[in-house]
Amino acid sequence: MSTFSPTITEPKPRMGGGGGGPVSRFPGGGGGGGRGDDSPDFGETLRRYRLGLAVGLAAVLMLFVSFTSAYIVRQGLGTWDAQTQTYVNDWRPLSLPMGLLMMNTLFILAASFTIEMARRTAFQAAVMAPVVAIPGIAAEKRSPAPWLPLTLLLGFAFLIGQWMAWKELARRGFYLASNPSSSFFYVLTGMHGLHLIGGLIALLYAATIVAFRTRALERKRIIVDITAWYWHFMALLWLYIFALLKFEA
Amino acid sequence: MSNSNGHGAGAAVAHAHAAPTGFIRKYIFSKDHKVIGLQYYFLALTAVWVGMILSLFMRIHLVWPNVPIPLFGEIKPETYLTLLTMHGTIMVFFVLTTAPQGGFGNYVLPIQIGAPDMAFPTLNMLSFWVTFLAFVALIAAFFVAGGAPLGGWTAYAPLSAIPLAGPGQGAGMDLWITSIALFCIASLLGALNFITTTLDLRAKGMTLMRMPLTCWSWFVTAILGLLAFGVLLAAGVLLLLDRNLGTSFFVPGGLNVSGVVIKHKGGSPLLWQHLFWFFGHPEVYIAILPGMGVTSQILSTFARKPIFGYKAMVYAMMAIGILGFVVWGHHMFMSGMSPYSAFAFSIMTMAIGVPSAIKTFNWLGTLWKGKIRFVSPMLFAIGFVSLFVSGGLSGPFLAQPALDIPLHDTFFVVAHFHLIMGVAAIFGIFAATYYWFPKMFGRMMNESLGRIHFFITFIGTYAIFMPMHYEGLAGRPRRYSSLDVVQFLHPMKPLELFITVAAILTIAAQFVFLFNLFWSMFKGKKASDNPWEATTLEWTTATPPPHDNFGGKVPVVNNGPYEYGVPGVARDYVMQTDPPVPAAKH
Repeated sequence: MSTFSPTITEPKPRMGGGGGGPVSRFPGGGGGGGRGDDSPDFGETLRRYRLGLAVGLAAVLMLFVSFTSAYIVRQGLGTWDAQTQTYVNDWRPLSLPMGLLMMNTLFILAASFTIEMARRTAFQAAVMAPVVAIPGIAAEKRSPAPWLPLTLLLGFAFLIGQWMAWKELARRGFYLASNPSSSFFYVLTGMHGLHLIGGLIALLYAATIVAFRTRALERKRIIVDITAWYWHFMALLWLYIFALLKFEA
Repeated sequence: MSNSNGHGAGAAVAHAHAAPTGFIRKYIFSKDHKVIGLQYYFLALTAVWVGMILSLFMRIHLVWPNVPIPLFGEIKPETYLTLLTMHGTIMVFFVLTTAPQGGFGNYVLPIQIGAPDMAFPTLNMLSFWVTFLAFVALIAAFFVAGGAPLGGWTAYAPLSAIPLAGPGQGAGMDLWITSIALFCIASLLGALNFITTTLDLRAKGMTLMRMPLTCWSWFVTAILGLLAFGVLLAAGVLLLLDRNLGTSFFVPGGLNVSGVVIKHKGGSPLLWQHLFWFFGHPEVYIAILPGMGVTSQILSTFARKPIFGYKAMVYAMMAIGILGFVVWGHHMFMSGMSPYSAFAFSIMTMAIGVPSAIKTFNWLGTLWKGKIRFVSPMLFAIGFVSLFVSGGLSGPFLAQPALDIPLHDTFFVVAHFHLIMGVAAIFGIFAATYYWFPKMFGRMMNESLGRIHFFITFIGTYAIFMPMHYEGLAGRPRRYSSLDVVQFLHPMKPLELFITVAAILTIAAQFVFLFNLFWSMFKGKKASDNPWEATTLEWTTATPPPHDNFGGKVPVVNNGPYEYGVPGVARDYVMQTDPPVPAAKH
């Protein structure tokens, strides 16, 4: 009659704990797994989470596409001037606090670098895990560089730098509602910043809870990997926003 | 693979897919897609009754304007506008976007592709509860100072952008925007889940082209949602800034509202329209595509025939999805756009008629010479086809800019979108309910009650909405709280009475459905695993399905989804997990 594979998907051991705690879905999917090695299921899981992230980032991209579209449309519009009875172009390009913004750009690019190093280190550790598990083989006792905490630091530095840029703009008299150009500066950088805070939370989680409480190296690797790709996206997004604000002026 | 039991896999499986214990984990904060699907469904069921009652108040007021509604009071013109605003918002978001995708998609998709759950169950749970929160926020708008907003579900600026502009446009409008923003976030997370699940969690042998059309419809719908809801979210953010922090994205200069000179300037109400409708048009395809998938599924099952032109159906859905992104301007023909832009939008809009027609003819082709079983789900699926045609045909009329000039904002438009969304999509939900109820609850719904429900609803909704085409052609505007205001509308009053009576009877028939639904859950005849003799994966597993959907086993798929009446096979259906059909072509 109906065929059912007698293979039952082997779950990966993780987190030491029992059935409690957050349920992590690391199923191998039908037909995979069962090979006793970590790699196939782990690879599938990594791919699944990366796919999820890519899909999610498409949605975030659409959000910024909408803001960009509004930005471009608004630039081309005028405002109705009752006195002259015409449309007057009221777009006054902002003088951007370039020094601060360049510094922030360096911070976020550096953060991209450090988290990429963290991602690769986690990969190496995961690859080495089966080897190191063999009794008698000792891992090199080199404590790895604190890439994740460094990224956190750089991420916070970026955020603080953005805040300082906002303060500088305010000091120059440009607030959220001052003119259309300033509105878009705050909206674009603000929404980016909000998403960055989300990335920082993920990073905090990766750097603390996962680092200290998770035994399974594959799980660590997946979390660091996903966080790293998110951060790269945030960096690219920032470069785009910066370029848009600078060259549309 | 057969020696995997040596890994102690039995205990390990119980571990991995450990069913949750305790009432809270099982039924409230559950990560099981089946529970979440039901939660979405019952949220939508609640929402549809709220929405229906609002429309009932509207219909009563139109015909008997001086009668105060019991427990509600007098309906002033601004109250009428509030009713229609909240009716539209609740129905479009919390019924038509929630039940087909969040409800049935969540419940059925993983099982139909042979997966134990969605890709990200925790995210799934989060999506539901954020949707729930959004609904609470929306209903709260009725109870704040000023009441619920009154600018239509389309919330055009500058009415929506200036709190002073009308009753309900203060806190009520802010709550409305917050609710919609939350809904956007929840939908985006849900879309993420659906897409990843469909791409990555299919069982062995379940290729994309062997997926049931329901799965394809949820997949395309999820992609639409992923790309569209971000735009609405952006619009909502900008609107909140305009309203509360003095920006001028949508507010033009020189406004004098209620005697107050508004300081904003330079914004564009048209910008709101563009952003809203860029989302708004894919949204209506999000509302209808799952219904199309379910109809294909049900027609095939109960005609005992494979779906006619499976590949064409898949490509047609994709075409509808893609084209749906380039037609938003047809909601804006009267906004003063260049005739050339209007022409472009018009051509693209009419182009959507092609894949829609392909699907319609394929449904007819599925029925042609089938051994049709006229059970309740089948009745509603056939009803869907009928209503999709009726509602869809008025679309090409409205797609002509020249015709849209007299028809825009008249009841012709109301007829169009109600027939296609308010009836056809709802019939899709009913069809799905009657079809999958046995699988979800282990019992059959009452067939006689189902037929009564179908016939009264089918005839009733035609009676309600067909006359509206005539009214629209005669010039009756939308969103008018009274026919008394203008002389030329007076002759329509008898027709309005007819529509209201039809509406009351149709709403009454929904009690039959409600009773049938809840009574059958407890007292319905026990259902077998496959009462409809259907072929797809959900019918291979126990009724109701266990926590991991397949009881520890992993299905292997050998056949396409609609192998009915296969020559050379004794039984008139071959399940997807059965041995491969002879001379199989997938």
